[in-house]
Amino acid sequence: MSTAEITARCKSLYDDLDFTSARAWKNADPERKVIGYMPVYVPREIIHAAGMLPLGILGGGDQMEVIHGDAYYQSYICRIPRSTIELGLTKKLDFVDGMLFPSICDVIRNLSGMWQLMFPDSYVRYFDVPQNYDDNIGGKYYIEELRELLSGLEKLGGKPITDAALRESIAVYNENRRLINAVYDFRAEQPSKAPSVEVYLLMRAGMVLPVEEHNELLNDYLAAAAVEERPVRDNCRIVINGAFCEQPPLNLIRSIEMAGCYIVDDDYMLINRWLLDEVSVEGDPLARLADAFLHFSADSAAKYCDRAQDVGQYLLSTVKKTGAEGVIFTAPSFCDPALLERPMLADRMDEHNVPHISFKYAENSGQMQPIREQAGTFADSIKLWS
Amino acid sequence: MNTNSQTEVIKDSSMLLQKTMIAENYDELTNTEETGKKISATFVPGNLNELVMCFDMLNNLPEINAINNGMRKKSGAMVMQAEKQGHSEDVCTYVKADIGSMSRGNLAPNGKPMPSPDLLLLSYTGCFTFMKWFELLRHEYGCETAMLHVPYEGDGVVTQNMRDYVVKQLKEVVIPALEKVSGVKFDIDRLRENLRNSARAEDDFVWVLESAKNKPSPIDAYFGGVYYIGPIFTAFRGTDKAVEYYQLLRKEIEQRITEGKGPITPEGDMQDERYRLVVEGPPNWTNFREFWKMFYEDGAVVVASTYTKVGGVYDLGFRHDPDNPIETLADYCLGCYTNRNLSQRVDMLENYVNDYQADGLLINSIKSCNSFSAGQLLMMQEVEKRTGKPGAFIETDLVDPRYFSAANVKNRLESYFQMIEQKRQGIRSAA
Ligand code: SF4
Ligand code: SF4
Repeated sequence: MSTAEITARCKSLYDDLDFTSARAWKNADPERKVIGYMPVYVPREIIHAAGMLPLGILGGGDQMEVIHGDAYYQSYICRIPRSTIELGLTKKLDFVDGMLFPSICDVIRNLSGMWQLMFPDSYVRYFDVPQNYDDNIGGKYYIEELRELLSGLEKLGGKPITDAALRESIAVYNENRRLINAVYDFRAEQPSKAPSVEVYLLMRAGMVLPVEEHNELLNDYLAAAAVEERPVRDNCRIVINGAFCEQPPLNLIRSIEMAGCYIVDDDYMLINRWLLDEVSVEGDPLARLADAFLHFSADSAAKYCDRAQDVGQYLLSTVKKTGAEGVIFTAPSFCDPALLERPMLADRMDEHNVPHISFKYAENSGQMQPIREQAGTFADSIKLWS
Repeated sequence: MNTNSQTEVIKDSSMLLQKTMIAENYDELTNTEETGKKISATFVPGNLNELVMCFDMLNNLPEINAINNGMRKKSGAMVMQAEKQGHSEDVCTYVKADIGSMSRGNLAPNGKPMPSPDLLLLSYTGCFTFMKWFELLRHEYGCETAMLHVPYEGDGVVTQNMRDYVVKQLKEVVIPALEKVSGVKFDIDRLRENLRNSARAEDDFVWVLESAKNKPSPIDAYFGGVYYIGPIFTAFRGTDKAVEYYQLLRKEIEQRITEGKGPITPEGDMQDERYRLVVEGPPNWTNFREFWKMFYEDGAVVVASTYTKVGGVYDLGFRHDPDNPIETLADYCLGCYTNRNLSQRVDMLENYVNDYQADGLLINSIKSCNSFSAGQLLMMQEVEKRTGKPGAFIETDLVDPRYFSAANVKNRLESYFQMIEQKRQGIRSAA
């Protein structure tokens, strides 16, 4: 398959707000169940081990008209919860058997309660994670939380989830992470060969496809992109930060690149790269997932940074590793975690002379001209002064 | 309005005591260079005052400082200062008022500079913003830190795992940090004694809150409630002074009930109780008096509010328990209002409307506060559906005066009062 074919497939999955492929997966076997999850991280391995399909719900994007959802939210709350409610009320998620709402911010946290009230027949879980990273404290708590999630899914699926199944699922997701990192590394090395919109769509496909299929797609893309010749632009290299929850419209991602910035790293769909290392398949699988979460997971504003000196280091190391020349802080409007953290990250970048700019977006932002101009000026200044 | 001298005396005794307590506390806080006392900065929900006092440390609460600055009309400039420094216009204005205040010398209400904290003690209870606010403070002060992560009651229950996690953090993280910073060894009996005081004050506090079931209500449980929660939500829970304050307050309220009086307002006793409301959400501080006046001049009294539960939900039975000193601190933190899930919050509101014979639910939705605000429109629908009483929704902010539109709020309130009247007439004509 060529990159164009792969991208076309991913784009049709992206555009399909009826989740036809996930529905088809479920309809193939009456025993099958689908578990929706929101950003930023849930251990999909457990859902997979239960024989269920983890389905990433990332709002309605810029194609969906939000009619009912707005009646549930004040104007000063971001857009993803209202378009997610819209998905629910318009029955686009009526095939989803359960929803997980991770601990990321108060909006998603409260959305879990709204879901319980609005869709009382659905399995709903607020998925809390520890903000204490000591194995004996946060670790023990987290393992128990994982166990509760596991037994909830066992009950829903009507069958036990074995350690062997968990280990197999960990292995499949290890492979997924390995391939995703390979795509990111490939793009960081040769950004002209992996346009950001393509990489984005490829990663989005992982939100709706069974992981095995996603792995195939990633392999195909890596093979196709490596041999395809594409024009090299005189772009600067930047890292995107702050877009880990409500997603920017595709046009925004495209505009940044068109304005002269190659995106060499980003935090879109951080779940794909949340665990930084291979998760061991030896011993107690839940304990191994907990180890990985506590000690080898990505940094994001949704996490407590327990040492002042570590704030912003993850971003800084990404900048260094990818050879980026600047950072674009781009957060959804009204996104508390991203916007509260931004000044600290910006200070860290200043300390190391990493240029940065910032702007806000909504998933349905239509006006790209100001963003193009801002990103274009940023790219010019980097090229001139760096 | 009745503004006779009797009212002034009744008003003055508990209010004056609280005023003295607050002034003394600020004097202590701004005098640590001489006394050598150490300061811990912490947040209101899930604060561990009884524990902090065991180490001879003082508690400084950034939200309270922001409220103080809001009521003294100083917060607007502070918020804008923080925005100039790069903080987004979209985030919680408590955080920005706090950060803006630092750049302006961080003066306490007594005019003296507030010393930097020796320990940042983050009780991450019921609000995600606390976590980042705390990181921002650490970024500014660079001092010792301790974090207490309190899991959210996502399923509306406190599991043993959640409780164990909090207890463990208290024992292995928080207490050692307090010992280290203060140089004082932890004494569990001292903690028990403080907890005993807390429970005594909590009994009287709950009695005061529940006095609003009387008709007319002798208290306003929102605007007046803000004063009543003062000692128990802040640096005084667990002290003898707080016990004394609540005994005094209770006596005053008992007296008001005997005399058939309504609540005290800034302009004297409220005479004619026309509307009984339940209010959800924090108040606006920058125009607090003006806001309150819109209620009492129309005879509206708030008989129950959820804001008076952010620093602890006592009216559902919880009391600090000296026999289980660490576990009780965990239970306290886990049970604070905004750490409860939406179903629990809706249940509480429904019960308040029924138990306090209210005319309906009013939501003051705060732009700053996603913890409170996200989901409130659904909560209103649910409470309306379950109680059959009309709800209303107004929008303001905490300490950013740009988001208080007096005309809009007044219009909304007046239409709401009319709606209640129409509903009453409807019921009368149906009967
Ligand atoms: S966009 Fe930000 S504020 Fe909104 S739900 Fe996501 S993390 Fe929360
Ligand atoms: S978001 Fe709400 S609960 Fe959190 S600090 Fe601000 S006002 Fe307090």
